[in-house]
Amino acid sequence: MKIENPRSRAYRIFSLILLIILAFLFLFPLYWIITGAFKPAQDIYNPKPVWWPTDWVVNNFSNLFTKRTAPLFSIFGMEGPTAPAAFRWLINTVFMSVMAMILTCITAAMAGYALAKKRFAGRAIIFSLIVCAMALPKQVILIPLLKEMSALKLYDSLWAVIFPTVGWPFGVFLMKQFSESIPGEILEATRIDGASEAKTFMTVVLPMVKPGIGALAIFTFINSWNDYFMQLVMLPSGNNFTMPLGIASLQAETSIDMGLLMAGAALASVPIIVVFLMFQKYFTQGITMGAVKG
Amino acid sequence: MSRALQRRENIAGYLFMLPSLIFFLGFVIIPMFICIITSLTNTNMHDPGMFGGFIGLTNFANLFQDEVFLKGLKNTFVIVIVSVPTVCAFSLWVSSAIYKLKGPLLSAFRCIFYLPVVTGSVAVTVVWKWMYDNYNGILNGVLTGTGILEKGVNWLGDPRTALWCIILILFTTSVGQPIVLYVSALGNVDQTLVEAAQVDGATDLQVFWKIKWAQMMPTTLYILVITTINSFQCFALIQLLTQGGPNHSTDTVMYYIYYTAFKLTEQAGHFGYANAMGVVLAIFIGALSAIQFKLAKEK
Repeated sequence: MKIENPRSRAYRIFSLILLIILAFLFLFPLYWIITGAFKPAQDIYNPKPVWWPTDWVVNNFSNLFTKRTAPLFSIFGMEGPTAPAAFRWLINTVFMSVMAMILTCITAAMAGYALAKKRFAGRAIIFSLIVCAMALPKQVILIPLLKEMSALKLYDSLWAVIFPTVGWPFGVFLMKQFSESIPGEILEATRIDGASEAKTFMTVVLPMVKPGIGALAIFTFINSWNDYFMQLVMLPSGNNFTMPLGIASLQAETSIDMGLLMAGAALASVPIIVVFLMFQKYFTQGITMGAVKG
Repeated sequence: MSRALQRRENIAGYLFMLPSLIFFLGFVIIPMFICIITSLTNTNMHDPGMFGGFIGLTNFANLFQDEVFLKGLKNTFVIVIVSVPTVCAFSLWVSSAIYKLKGPLLSAFRCIFYLPVVTGSVAVTVVWKWMYDNYNGILNGVLTGTGILEKGVNWLGDPRTALWCIILILFTTSVGQPIVLYVSALGNVDQTLVEAAQVDGATDLQVFWKIKWAQMMPTTLYILVITTINSFQCFALIQLLTQGGPNHSTDTVMYYIYYTAFKLTEQAGHFGYANAMGVVLAIFIGALSAIQFKLAKEK
Protein backbone atom coordinates (compact mmCIF):
# COMPACT_ATOMS: atom_id res chain seq x y z
CA MET A 1 0.00 0.00 0.00
CA LYS A 2 1.31 3.35 -1.01
CA ILE A 3 1.63 5.94 1.74
CA GLU A 4 -0.53 8.89 0.90
CA ASN A 5 0.90 12.32 1.33
CA PRO A 6 -1.29 14.79 3.23
CA ARG A 7 -1.94 16.94 0.20
CA SER A 8 -3.50 14.24 -1.92
CA ARG A 9 -5.45 13.07 1.13
CA ALA A 10 -6.83 16.58 1.58
CA TYR A 11 -7.71 16.67 -2.11
CA ARG A 12 -9.53 13.35 -1.82
CA ILE A 13 -11.62 14.52 1.10
CA PHE A 14 -12.35 17.82 -0.60
CA SER A 15 -13.48 16.11 -3.81
CA LEU A 16 -15.67 13.69 -1.89
CA ILE A 17 -17.42 16.56 -0.14
CA LEU A 18 -17.90 18.35 -3.45
CA LEU A 19 -19.28 15.16 -4.96
CA ILE A 20 -21.82 14.77 -2.19
CA ILE A 21 -23.00 18.36 -2.66
CA LEU A 22 -23.29 17.78 -6.41
CA ALA A 23 -25.19 14.55 -5.85
CA PHE A 24 -27.73 16.46 -3.76
CA LEU A 25 -28.07 19.08 -6.49
CA PHE A 26 -28.64 16.39 -9.10
CA LEU A 27 -31.24 14.70 -6.93
CA PHE A 28 -32.99 17.94 -6.13
CA PRO A 29 -35.28 18.24 -9.22
CA LEU A 30 -36.63 14.77 -8.53
CA TYR A 31 -37.13 15.60 -4.85
CA TRP A 32 -38.92 18.78 -5.92
CA ILE A 33 -41.24 16.86 -8.27
CA ILE A 34 -42.23 14.34 -5.62
CA THR A 35 -42.70 16.74 -2.73
CA GLY A 36 -44.34 19.24 -5.09
CA ALA A 37 -46.89 16.64 -6.10
CA PHE A 38 -48.07 16.40 -2.49
CA LYS A 39 -47.87 20.07 -1.52
CA PRO A 40 -50.99 22.13 -0.83
CA ALA A 41 -51.51 25.24 -2.96
CA GLN A 42 -50.30 27.69 -0.31
CA ASP A 43 -46.90 25.95 -0.24
CA ILE A 44 -46.63 25.95 -4.00
CA TYR A 45 -47.40 29.62 -4.49
CA ASN A 46 -45.33 30.73 -1.54
CA PRO A 47 -42.55 32.95 -2.91
CA LYS A 48 -40.37 31.72 -0.03
CA PRO A 49 -39.28 28.15 -0.74
CA VAL A 50 -41.14 25.53 1.30
CA TRP A 51 -38.60 22.72 1.63
CA TRP A 52 -40.96 20.16 3.12
CA PRO A 53 -44.75 20.10 2.53
CA THR A 54 -46.53 21.69 5.51
CA ASP A 55 -49.30 19.20 4.90
CA TRP A 56 -49.25 16.13 2.61
CA VAL A 57 -52.30 16.34 0.35
CA VAL A 58 -53.43 14.23 -2.58
CA ASN A 59 -55.66 16.74 -4.31
CA ASN A 60 -53.03 17.46 -6.97
CA PHE A 61 -53.49 13.86 -8.05
CA SER A 62 -57.27 14.01 -7.83
CA ASN A 63 -57.22 17.20 -9.93
CA LEU A 64 -55.06 15.43 -12.47
CA PHE A 65 -57.40 12.45 -12.62
CA THR A 66 -60.64 14.42 -12.86
CA LYS A 67 -59.35 17.07 -15.23
CA ARG A 68 -59.59 14.92 -18.31
CA THR A 69 -61.11 11.55 -18.99
CA ALA A 70 -60.66 9.09 -21.81
CA PRO A 71 -61.67 5.52 -22.57
CA LEU A 72 -59.24 3.27 -20.77
CA PHE A 73 -58.27 1.54 -24.01
CA SER A 74 -59.55 1.12 -27.54
CA ILE A 75 -58.77 -1.95 -29.60
CA PHE A 76 -60.27 -2.51 -33.06
CA GLY A 77 -62.83 0.22 -32.44
CA MET A 78 -63.98 -1.24 -29.13
CA GLU A 79 -63.59 1.18 -26.28
CA GLY A 80 -62.93 0.45 -22.64
CA PRO A 81 -64.70 2.09 -19.69
CA THR A 82 -64.17 5.81 -19.20
CA ALA A 83 -61.30 6.50 -16.84
CA PRO A 84 -58.97 9.37 -15.97
CA ALA A 85 -56.98 10.27 -19.08
CA ALA A 86 -53.74 9.85 -17.15
CA PHE A 87 -54.42 6.11 -16.84
CA ARG A 88 -54.94 5.87 -20.57
CA TRP A 89 -51.65 7.72 -21.13
CA LEU A 90 -49.90 5.33 -18.80
CA ILE A 91 -51.34 2.29 -20.59
CA ASN A 92 -50.35 3.74 -23.96
CA THR A 93 -46.82 4.47 -22.80
CA VAL A 94 -46.34 1.01 -21.32
CA PHE A 95 -47.74 -0.65 -24.45
CA MET A 96 -45.52 1.45 -26.70
CA SER A 97 -42.35 0.87 -24.69
CA VAL A 98 -42.93 -2.87 -24.20
CA MET A 99 -43.71 -3.44 -27.88
CA ALA A 100 -40.67 -1.44 -28.99
CA MET A 101 -38.56 -3.37 -26.50
CA ILE A 102 -39.72 -6.84 -27.61
CA LEU A 103 -39.45 -6.13 -31.33
CA THR A 104 -36.05 -4.49 -30.96
CA CYS A 105 -34.65 -7.36 -28.92
CA ILE A 106 -35.83 -10.03 -31.37
CA THR A 107 -34.69 -8.30 -34.55
CA ALA A 108 -31.42 -7.00 -33.09
CA ALA A 109 -30.42 -10.33 -31.53
CA MET A 110 -30.90 -12.07 -34.89
CA ALA A 111 -29.15 -9.40 -36.93
CA GLY A 112 -26.33 -8.94 -34.43
CA TYR A 113 -25.61 -12.67 -34.52
CA ALA A 114 -25.63 -12.72 -38.31
CA LEU A 115 -23.28 -9.73 -38.53
CA ALA A 116 -20.87 -11.17 -36.00
CA LYS A 117 -20.78 -14.81 -37.01
CA LYS A 118 -22.13 -15.29 -40.54
CA ARG A 119 -19.81 -14.57 -43.43
CA PHE A 120 -22.50 -13.67 -45.94
CA ALA A 121 -21.91 -11.51 -49.02
CA GLY A 122 -22.59 -7.80 -48.44
CA ARG A 123 -22.06 -8.04 -44.70
CA ALA A 124 -19.40 -5.32 -44.64
CA ILE A 125 -21.60 -2.90 -46.58
CA ILE A 126 -24.58 -3.45 -44.31
CA PHE A 127 -22.47 -2.98 -41.22
CA SER A 128 -20.89 0.26 -42.41
CA LEU A 129 -24.36 1.55 -43.34
CA ILE A 130 -25.46 0.83 -39.78
CA VAL A 131 -22.48 2.62 -38.24
CA CYS A 132 -22.99 5.65 -40.48
CA ALA A 133 -26.69 5.83 -39.64
CA MET A 134 -25.86 5.82 -35.93
CA ALA A 135 -23.76 8.93 -36.30
CA LEU A 136 -26.60 10.81 -37.93
CA PRO A 137 -29.06 12.86 -35.90
CA LYS A 138 -32.13 10.75 -35.29
CA GLN A 139 -34.46 13.69 -35.04
CA VAL A 140 -33.67 14.99 -38.51
CA ILE A 141 -35.50 12.08 -40.13
CA LEU A 142 -38.64 12.57 -38.03
CA ILE A 143 -40.30 15.13 -40.27
CA PRO A 144 -39.89 13.02 -43.43
CA LEU A 145 -40.91 9.99 -41.39
CA LEU A 146 -44.19 11.70 -40.65
CA LYS A 147 -45.05 11.86 -44.35
CA GLU A 148 -44.12 8.22 -44.76
CA MET A 149 -46.28 7.21 -41.81
CA SER A 150 -49.28 9.07 -43.14
CA ALA A 151 -48.78 7.37 -46.51
CA LEU A 152 -48.75 4.03 -44.68
CA LYS A 153 -51.88 5.07 -42.70
CA LEU A 154 -49.97 4.61 -39.46
CA TYR A 155 -49.81 8.29 -38.55
CA ASP A 156 -51.41 9.05 -35.18
CA SER A 157 -51.12 5.46 -34.00
CA LEU A 158 -48.65 4.09 -31.47
CA TRP A 159 -47.07 1.96 -34.21
CA ALA A 160 -45.77 5.13 -35.83
CA VAL A 161 -43.59 5.56 -32.75
CA ILE A 162 -42.76 1.89 -32.26
CA PHE A 163 -41.51 1.01 -35.76
CA PRO A 164 -38.85 3.74 -36.10
CA THR A 165 -37.59 2.89 -32.61
CA VAL A 166 -37.15 -0.73 -33.72
CA GLY A 167 -35.41 0.41 -36.90
CA TRP A 168 -32.82 2.48 -35.07
CA PRO A 169 -29.56 0.56 -35.61
CA PHE A 170 -28.02 0.98 -32.16
CA GLY A 171 -29.53 -2.32 -31.00
CA VAL A 172 -28.03 -4.26 -33.90
CA PHE A 173 -24.67 -2.70 -33.19
CA LEU A 174 -24.88 -3.57 -29.49
CA MET A 175 -25.93 -7.18 -30.17
CA LYS A 176 -23.10 -7.57 -32.67
CA GLN A 177 -20.66 -6.56 -29.93
CA PHE A 178 -22.10 -9.18 -27.60
CA SER A 179 -22.26 -11.89 -30.27
CA GLU A 180 -18.60 -11.46 -31.16
CA SER A 181 -17.68 -13.24 -27.93
CA ILE A 182 -19.47 -16.48 -28.88
CA PRO A 183 -16.68 -19.00 -29.56
CA GLY A 184 -16.72 -20.19 -33.16
CA GLU A 185 -15.88 -23.75 -32.09
CA ILE A 186 -19.16 -24.15 -30.25
CA LEU A 187 -21.13 -23.03 -33.31
CA GLU A 188 -19.05 -25.36 -35.45
CA ALA A 189 -19.70 -28.27 -33.11
CA THR A 190 -23.48 -27.76 -33.08
CA ARG A 191 -23.47 -27.60 -36.85
CA ILE A 192 -21.55 -30.84 -37.14
CA ASP A 193 -24.11 -32.38 -34.77
CA GLY A 194 -26.67 -31.56 -37.45
CA ALA A 195 -28.59 -28.81 -35.66
CA SER A 196 -30.53 -26.46 -37.93
CA GLU A 197 -29.65 -22.74 -38.04
CA ALA A 198 -32.81 -21.87 -36.10
CA LYS A 199 -32.05 -24.44 -33.44
CA THR A 200 -28.44 -23.28 -33.10
CA PHE A 201 -29.67 -19.74 -32.63
CA MET A 202 -32.27 -20.65 -30.01
CA THR A 203 -30.25 -23.11 -27.95
CA VAL A 204 -26.67 -21.89 -28.29
CA VAL A 205 -26.59 -18.25 -29.31
CA LEU A 206 -29.47 -16.81 -27.27
CA PRO A 207 -28.30 -18.11 -23.89
CA MET A 208 -24.83 -16.70 -24.55
CA VAL A 209 -25.99 -13.20 -25.46
CA LYS A 210 -28.55 -12.97 -22.66
CA PRO A 211 -26.75 -10.11 -20.85
CA GLY A 212 -26.75 -8.17 -24.11
CA ILE A 213 -30.47 -8.70 -24.56
CA GLY A 214 -31.05 -7.58 -20.98
CA ALA A 215 -29.07 -4.41 -21.60
CA LEU A 216 -30.79 -3.70 -24.89
CA ALA A 217 -34.24 -4.34 -23.40
CA ILE A 218 -33.84 -1.88 -20.57
CA PHE A 219 -32.16 0.65 -22.84
CA THR A 220 -34.92 0.54 -25.43
CA PHE A 221 -37.64 0.61 -22.80
CA ILE A 222 -36.34 3.77 -21.16
CA ASN A 223 -35.46 5.56 -24.39
CA SER A 224 -38.79 4.80 -25.95
CA TRP A 225 -40.67 5.91 -22.82
CA ASN A 226 -38.86 9.24 -22.86
CA ASP A 227 -38.66 9.95 -26.60
CA TYR A 228 -40.78 13.06 -26.43
CA PHE A 229 -39.98 14.53 -29.84
CA MET A 230 -40.95 11.40 -31.74
CA GLN A 231 -44.21 11.09 -29.78
CA LEU A 232 -44.96 14.77 -30.32
CA VAL A 233 -44.53 14.49 -34.07
CA MET A 234 -46.35 11.18 -34.55
CA LEU A 235 -49.27 11.39 -32.10
CA PRO A 236 -51.07 14.68 -32.63
CA SER A 237 -54.69 14.00 -31.76
CA GLY A 238 -54.74 13.11 -28.09
CA ASN A 239 -56.39 9.71 -28.54
CA ASN A 240 -53.03 8.07 -28.26
CA PHE A 241 -51.26 10.45 -25.94
CA THR A 242 -48.38 9.05 -23.97
CA MET A 243 -47.36 10.12 -20.50
CA PRO A 244 -44.78 12.70 -21.65
CA LEU A 245 -47.22 14.13 -24.22
CA GLY A 246 -50.02 14.28 -21.68
CA ILE A 247 -47.90 16.19 -19.19
CA ALA A 248 -46.68 18.51 -21.93
CA SER A 249 -50.24 19.24 -23.02
CA LEU A 250 -51.31 19.95 -19.43
CA GLN A 251 -48.36 22.26 -19.16
CA ALA A 252 -49.40 24.18 -22.24
CA GLU A 253 -52.94 24.54 -20.89
CA THR A 254 -52.43 25.25 -17.21
CA SER A 255 -48.94 26.54 -16.89
CA ILE A 256 -49.82 27.99 -13.51
CA ASP A 257 -51.07 24.89 -11.68
CA MET A 258 -47.66 23.65 -10.62
CA GLY A 259 -49.06 21.12 -8.13
CA LEU A 260 -51.02 19.40 -10.88
CA LEU A 261 -47.99 19.41 -13.16
CA MET A 262 -45.78 17.93 -10.47
CA ALA A 263 -48.32 15.17 -9.89
CA GLY A 264 -48.22 14.43 -13.62
CA ALA A 265 -44.43 14.57 -13.73
CA ALA A 266 -44.24 12.19 -10.77
CA LEU A 267 -46.60 9.77 -12.50
CA ALA A 268 -44.54 9.95 -15.69
CA SER A 269 -41.13 9.55 -14.11
CA VAL A 270 -41.47 7.37 -11.00
CA PRO A 271 -42.38 4.13 -12.86
CA ILE A 272 -39.47 4.48 -15.25
CA ILE A 273 -37.06 5.33 -12.43
CA VAL A 274 -38.14 2.20 -10.56
CA VAL A 275 -37.54 0.10 -13.68
CA PHE A 276 -34.14 1.73 -14.11
CA LEU A 277 -33.08 1.08 -10.52
CA MET A 278 -34.18 -2.55 -10.76
CA PHE A 279 -32.15 -3.23 -13.89
CA GLN A 280 -29.36 -0.70 -13.63
CA LYS A 281 -26.65 -3.36 -13.68
CA TYR A 282 -27.66 -4.40 -17.20
CA PHE A 283 -28.01 -0.81 -18.18
CA THR A 284 -24.44 0.16 -17.31
CA GLN A 285 -23.20 -2.89 -19.16
CA GLY A 286 -25.17 -1.96 -22.25
CA ILE A 287 -23.90 1.60 -22.34
CA THR A 288 -20.33 0.43 -22.01
CA MET A 289 -20.57 -2.34 -24.60
CA GLY A 290 -22.27 -0.02 -27.09
CA ALA A 291 -19.31 2.30 -26.90
CA VAL A 292 -16.51 -0.20 -27.36
CA LYS A 293 -14.95 0.43 -30.72
CA GLY A 294 -17.76 2.96 -31.17
CA MET B 1 -15.14 -22.37 -48.01
CA SER B 2 -16.92 -24.51 -50.57
CA ARG B 3 -19.55 -22.91 -52.76
CA ALA B 4 -22.42 -24.87 -51.25
CA LEU B 5 -21.33 -23.88 -47.78
CA GLN B 6 -21.01 -20.22 -48.83
CA ARG B 7 -24.52 -20.35 -50.25
CA ARG B 8 -25.77 -21.76 -46.98
CA GLU B 9 -23.99 -18.96 -45.07
CA ASN B 10 -25.51 -16.36 -47.38
CA ILE B 11 -29.04 -17.64 -47.02
CA ALA B 12 -28.79 -18.01 -43.27
CA GLY B 13 -27.17 -14.59 -42.94
CA TYR B 14 -29.86 -12.83 -44.95
CA LEU B 15 -32.67 -14.61 -43.15
CA PHE B 16 -31.29 -13.55 -39.78
CA MET B 17 -30.80 -9.98 -41.04
CA LEU B 18 -34.21 -9.73 -42.71
CA PRO B 19 -36.51 -8.61 -39.86
CA SER B 20 -34.07 -6.00 -38.71
CA LEU B 21 -33.35 -4.78 -42.24
CA ILE B 22 -37.04 -4.26 -42.95
CA PHE B 23 -37.32 -1.83 -40.05
CA PHE B 24 -33.92 -0.25 -40.68
CA LEU B 25 -34.46 0.36 -44.38
CA GLY B 26 -38.13 1.23 -44.01
CA PHE B 27 -37.94 3.67 -41.13
CA VAL B 28 -34.39 5.01 -41.16
CA ILE B 29 -32.91 4.82 -44.66
CA ILE B 30 -36.05 5.64 -46.66
CA PRO B 31 -36.88 8.73 -44.55
CA MET B 32 -33.29 9.83 -45.02
CA PHE B 33 -33.76 9.74 -48.76
CA ILE B 34 -37.13 11.49 -48.48
CA CYS B 35 -35.37 14.16 -46.45
CA ILE B 36 -32.67 14.72 -49.05
CA ILE B 37 -35.02 14.62 -52.04
CA THR B 38 -37.74 16.84 -50.60
CA SER B 39 -35.14 19.40 -49.56
CA LEU B 40 -34.86 20.15 -53.28
CA THR B 41 -38.62 20.65 -53.69
CA ASN B 42 -41.34 23.00 -52.52
CA THR B 43 -43.44 20.25 -50.92
CA ASN B 44 -45.97 21.42 -48.36
CA MET B 45 -46.95 19.58 -45.19
CA HIS B 46 -50.57 19.30 -46.35
CA ASP B 47 -49.84 18.14 -49.88
CA PRO B 48 -51.31 14.71 -50.45
CA GLY B 49 -48.26 13.56 -52.42
CA MET B 50 -44.80 12.99 -51.03
CA PHE B 51 -42.93 15.23 -53.46
CA GLY B 52 -43.89 18.63 -54.80
CA GLY B 53 -42.24 20.65 -57.54
CA PHE B 54 -38.51 20.49 -58.01
CA ILE B 55 -36.86 23.82 -57.22
CA GLY B 56 -33.18 22.91 -57.08
CA LEU B 57 -31.12 24.46 -54.33
CA THR B 58 -33.54 27.36 -53.73
CA ASN B 59 -34.35 26.14 -50.22
CA PHE B 60 -30.69 26.11 -49.28
CA ALA B 61 -30.11 29.53 -50.80
CA ASN B 62 -33.07 30.90 -48.85
CA LEU B 63 -31.86 29.30 -45.64
CA PHE B 64 -28.71 31.34 -45.49
CA GLN B 65 -30.70 34.52 -45.87
CA ASP B 66 -33.22 33.54 -43.23
CA GLU B 67 -32.31 35.54 -40.15
CA VAL B 68 -34.20 33.27 -37.78
CA PHE B 69 -32.35 30.26 -39.12
CA LEU B 70 -29.00 31.99 -38.80
CA LYS B 71 -29.83 33.01 -35.25
CA GLY B 72 -30.85 29.41 -34.53
CA LEU B 73 -27.60 28.17 -36.02
CA LYS B 74 -25.64 30.59 -33.85
CA ASN B 75 -27.51 29.50 -30.70
CA THR B 76 -27.02 25.85 -31.59
CA PHE B 77 -23.30 26.43 -31.89
CA VAL B 78 -23.20 28.30 -28.58
CA ILE B 79 -24.93 25.33 -26.93
CA VAL B 80 -22.53 22.85 -28.51
CA ILE B 81 -19.38 24.86 -27.82
CA VAL B 82 -20.32 25.45 -24.18
CA SER B 83 -21.85 22.11 -23.29
CA VAL B 84 -19.55 19.61 -25.01
CA PRO B 85 -16.30 20.59 -23.22
CA THR B 86 -18.00 21.17 -19.86
CA VAL B 87 -19.83 17.84 -20.03
CA CYS B 88 -16.61 16.03 -20.92
CA ALA B 89 -14.48 17.74 -18.28
CA PHE B 90 -17.12 17.39 -15.57
CA SER B 91 -17.78 13.72 -16.24
CA LEU B 92 -14.06 12.97 -16.38
CA TRP B 93 -13.56 14.65 -13.01
CA VAL B 94 -16.55 12.90 -11.39
CA SER B 95 -15.48 9.52 -12.77
CA SER B 96 -11.92 9.81 -11.60
CA ALA B 97 -13.18 10.81 -8.15
CA ILE B 98 -15.61 7.89 -7.86
CA TYR B 99 -14.12 4.96 -9.81
CA LYS B 100 -12.08 3.69 -6.87
CA LEU B 101 -14.96 3.84 -4.38
CA LYS B 102 -16.51 0.67 -2.96
CA GLY B 103 -19.12 -1.06 -5.14
CA PRO B 104 -22.41 0.16 -3.67
CA LEU B 105 -21.14 3.71 -3.20
CA LEU B 106 -19.93 3.78 -6.80
CA SER B 107 -23.28 2.54 -8.11
CA ALA B 108 -25.10 5.08 -5.99
CA PHE B 109 -23.14 7.99 -7.44
CA ARG B 110 -23.43 6.63 -10.96
CA CYS B 111 -27.19 6.26 -10.58
CA ILE B 112 -27.64 9.74 -9.16
CA PHE B 113 -25.85 11.38 -12.05
CA TYR B 114 -27.82 9.24 -14.48
CA LEU B 115 -31.23 9.96 -12.92
CA PRO B 116 -31.97 13.18 -14.84
CA VAL B 117 -31.72 11.17 -18.08
CA VAL B 118 -34.10 8.51 -16.83
CA THR B 119 -36.56 11.01 -15.40
CA GLY B 120 -37.33 12.09 -18.95
CA SER B 121 -37.09 15.43 -20.65
CA VAL B 122 -40.70 16.43 -20.06
CA ALA B 123 -40.74 15.80 -16.30
CA VAL B 124 -37.31 17.42 -15.94
CA THR B 125 -38.35 20.44 -17.96
CA VAL B 126 -41.59 20.93 -16.08
CA VAL B 127 -39.86 20.96 -12.70
CA TRP B 128 -37.09 23.27 -13.91
CA LYS B 129 -39.70 25.63 -15.29
CA TRP B 130 -41.10 25.90 -11.81
CA MET B 131 -37.67 26.30 -10.23
CA TYR B 132 -36.82 29.12 -12.66
CA ASP B 133 -40.21 30.77 -12.13
CA ASN B 134 -40.15 34.50 -11.65
CA TYR B 135 -42.52 34.63 -8.65
CA ASN B 136 -42.56 31.31 -6.82
CA GLY B 137 -39.47 29.61 -8.25
CA ILE B 138 -36.99 28.24 -5.77
CA LEU B 139 -33.99 29.82 -7.50
CA ASN B 140 -35.24 33.35 -6.96
CA GLY B 141 -36.53 32.35 -3.53
CA VAL B 142 -33.12 31.20 -2.36
CA LEU B 143 -31.12 33.94 -4.07
CA THR B 144 -33.25 36.79 -2.70
CA GLY B 145 -33.70 35.06 0.65
CA THR B 146 -29.94 34.87 1.21
CA GLY B 147 -29.47 38.39 -0.09
CA ILE B 148 -27.35 37.46 -3.11
CA LEU B 149 -29.86 39.11 -5.39
CA GLU B 150 -31.87 42.14 -4.46
CA LYS B 151 -34.88 41.14 -6.50
CA GLY B 152 -35.77 38.08 -8.51
CA VAL B 153 -34.56 37.59 -12.07
CA ASN B 154 -36.96 36.55 -14.80
CA TRP B 155 -34.62 33.74 -15.80
CA LEU B 156 -36.45 32.39 -18.82
CA GLY B 157 -37.98 35.70 -19.88
CA ASP B 158 -34.75 37.60 -20.22
CA PRO B 159 -32.85 37.15 -23.49
CA ARG B 160 -29.56 37.47 -21.59
CA THR B 161 -30.20 34.50 -19.28
CA ALA B 162 -32.66 32.25 -21.14
CA LEU B 163 -30.13 30.35 -23.26
CA TRP B 164 -27.87 29.78 -20.24
CA CYS B 165 -30.77 28.37 -18.26
CA ILE B 166 -31.39 25.89 -21.05
CA ILE B 167 -27.71 24.96 -21.24
CA LEU B 168 -27.72 24.25 -17.50
CA ILE B 169 -30.65 21.82 -17.79
CA LEU B 170 -29.08 20.23 -20.85
CA PHE B 171 -25.89 19.80 -18.84
CA THR B 172 -27.63 17.92 -16.01
CA THR B 173 -29.28 15.58 -18.51
CA SER B 174 -26.06 14.98 -20.49
CA VAL B 175 -23.43 13.88 -17.98
CA GLY B 176 -24.99 10.53 -17.01
CA GLN B 177 -23.80 8.45 -19.93
CA PRO B 178 -20.26 9.90 -20.12
CA ILE B 179 -19.77 9.17 -16.41
CA VAL B 180 -20.76 5.53 -16.86
CA LEU B 181 -18.37 5.27 -19.80
CA TYR B 182 -15.43 6.98 -18.09
CA VAL B 183 -15.82 4.92 -14.92
CA SER B 184 -15.55 1.74 -16.93
CA ALA B 185 -12.68 3.09 -19.05
CA LEU B 186 -10.73 4.10 -15.95
CA GLY B 187 -11.26 0.63 -14.53
CA ASN B 188 -9.81 -0.87 -17.71
CA VAL B 189 -6.63 1.18 -17.74
CA ASP B 190 -3.62 -1.13 -17.83
CA GLN B 191 -2.47 -1.20 -14.20
CA THR B 192 1.03 -2.53 -14.99
CA LEU B 193 1.76 0.65 -16.96
CA VAL B 194 0.52 2.79 -14.07
CA GLU B 195 2.67 0.89 -11.57
CA ALA B 196 5.72 1.01 -13.82
CA ALA B 197 5.36 4.77 -14.15
CA GLN B 198 4.95 5.16 -10.39
CA VAL B 199 8.10 3.13 -9.78
CA ASP B 200 9.89 5.47 -12.18
CA GLY B 201 8.77 8.33 -9.96
CA ALA B 202 5.92 9.81 -12.02
CA THR B 203 3.53 12.10 -10.12
CA ASP B 204 -0.21 11.38 -10.01
CA LEU B 205 -0.82 14.13 -12.51
CA GLN B 206 1.76 12.74 -14.93
CA VAL B 207 0.32 9.25 -14.59
CA PHE B 208 -3.09 10.66 -15.35
CA TRP B 209 -2.18 12.58 -18.50
CA LYS B 210 0.53 10.38 -19.93
CA ILE B 211 -1.09 6.99 -19.30
CA LYS B 212 -4.74 7.08 -18.34
CA TRP B 213 -5.80 9.93 -20.62
CA ALA B 214 -3.94 8.37 -23.55
CA GLN B 215 -5.56 4.99 -22.97
CA MET B 216 -9.01 6.50 -22.66
CA MET B 217 -8.81 8.38 -25.96
CA PRO B 218 -11.34 6.12 -27.76
CA THR B 219 -13.83 6.62 -24.92
CA THR B 220 -13.29 10.37 -24.97
CA LEU B 221 -13.85 10.42 -28.69
CA TYR B 222 -17.09 8.48 -28.39
CA ILE B 223 -18.26 10.81 -25.62
CA LEU B 224 -17.41 13.88 -27.69
CA VAL B 225 -19.40 12.54 -30.61
CA ILE B 226 -22.51 11.55 -28.67
CA THR B 227 -22.52 14.76 -26.64
CA THR B 228 -22.18 16.82 -29.80
CA ILE B 229 -25.08 14.97 -31.44
CA ASN B 230 -27.23 15.38 -28.33
CA SER B 231 -26.48 19.07 -28.00
CA PHE B 232 -27.25 19.68 -31.66
CA GLN B 233 -30.59 17.98 -31.24
CA CYS B 234 -31.63 19.95 -28.17
CA PHE B 235 -35.36 20.29 -28.71
CA ALA B 236 -37.70 19.31 -25.87
CA LEU B 237 -36.24 21.87 -23.49
CA ILE B 238 -36.76 24.68 -25.99
CA GLN B 239 -40.22 23.62 -27.07
CA LEU B 240 -41.49 23.26 -23.51
CA LEU B 241 -39.71 26.17 -21.83
CA THR B 242 -39.33 29.12 -24.15
CA GLN B 243 -40.51 28.16 -27.65
CA GLY B 244 -37.50 29.94 -29.04
CA GLY B 245 -38.30 33.16 -27.20
CA PRO B 246 -37.78 35.74 -25.88
CA ASN B 247 -36.98 37.42 -29.19
CA HIS B 248 -35.49 34.26 -30.77
CA SER B 249 -32.76 34.22 -28.14
CA THR B 250 -33.23 30.47 -27.58
CA ASP B 251 -34.11 29.35 -31.10
CA THR B 252 -32.12 26.32 -32.18
CA VAL B 253 -32.00 24.69 -35.60
CA MET B 254 -33.91 21.65 -34.34
CA TYR B 255 -36.67 23.78 -32.88
CA TYR B 256 -36.89 25.87 -36.04
CA ILE B 257 -37.21 22.71 -38.15
CA TYR B 258 -40.18 21.65 -36.05
CA TYR B 259 -41.64 25.15 -36.08
CA THR B 260 -41.30 25.44 -39.85
CA ALA B 261 -42.82 22.06 -40.56
CA PHE B 262 -45.77 22.39 -38.17
CA LYS B 263 -46.49 25.97 -37.37
CA LEU B 264 -45.88 27.79 -40.63
CA THR B 265 -48.01 25.60 -42.82
CA GLU B 266 -50.00 28.43 -44.40
CA GLN B 267 -47.10 29.14 -46.75
CA ALA B 268 -46.09 26.73 -49.46
CA GLY B 269 -42.90 24.75 -49.51
CA HIS B 270 -42.28 24.45 -45.83
CA PHE B 271 -41.93 20.71 -45.65
CA GLY B 272 -39.13 20.93 -48.19
CA TYR B 273 -37.67 23.93 -46.39
CA ALA B 274 -37.67 22.11 -43.03
CA ASN B 275 -35.94 19.14 -44.62
CA ALA B 276 -33.32 21.39 -46.17
CA MET B 277 -32.52 22.53 -42.63
CA GLY B 278 -32.34 18.89 -41.57
CA VAL B 279 -29.81 18.20 -44.31
CA VAL B 280 -27.71 21.20 -43.25
CA LEU B 281 -27.84 20.07 -39.62
CA ALA B 282 -26.77 16.55 -40.58
CA ILE B 283 -23.88 17.93 -42.62
CA PHE B 284 -22.70 20.04 -39.68
CA ILE B 285 -22.87 17.09 -37.29
CA GLY B 286 -21.11 14.80 -39.76
CA ALA B 287 -18.36 17.37 -40.33
CA LEU B 288 -17.86 17.92 -36.61
CA SER B 289 -17.67 14.20 -35.91
CA ALA B 290 -15.13 13.81 -38.70
CA ILE B 291 -12.99 16.64 -37.28
CA GLN B 292 -13.13 15.10 -33.82
CA PHE B 293 -12.06 11.73 -35.23
CA LYS B 294 -9.20 13.34 -37.07
CA LEU B 295 -7.97 15.30 -34.06
CA ALA B 296 -8.15 12.22 -31.87
CA LYS B 297 -6.24 10.14 -34.42
CA GLU B 298 -3.43 12.69 -34.61
CA LYS B 299 -2.92 12.49 -30.86
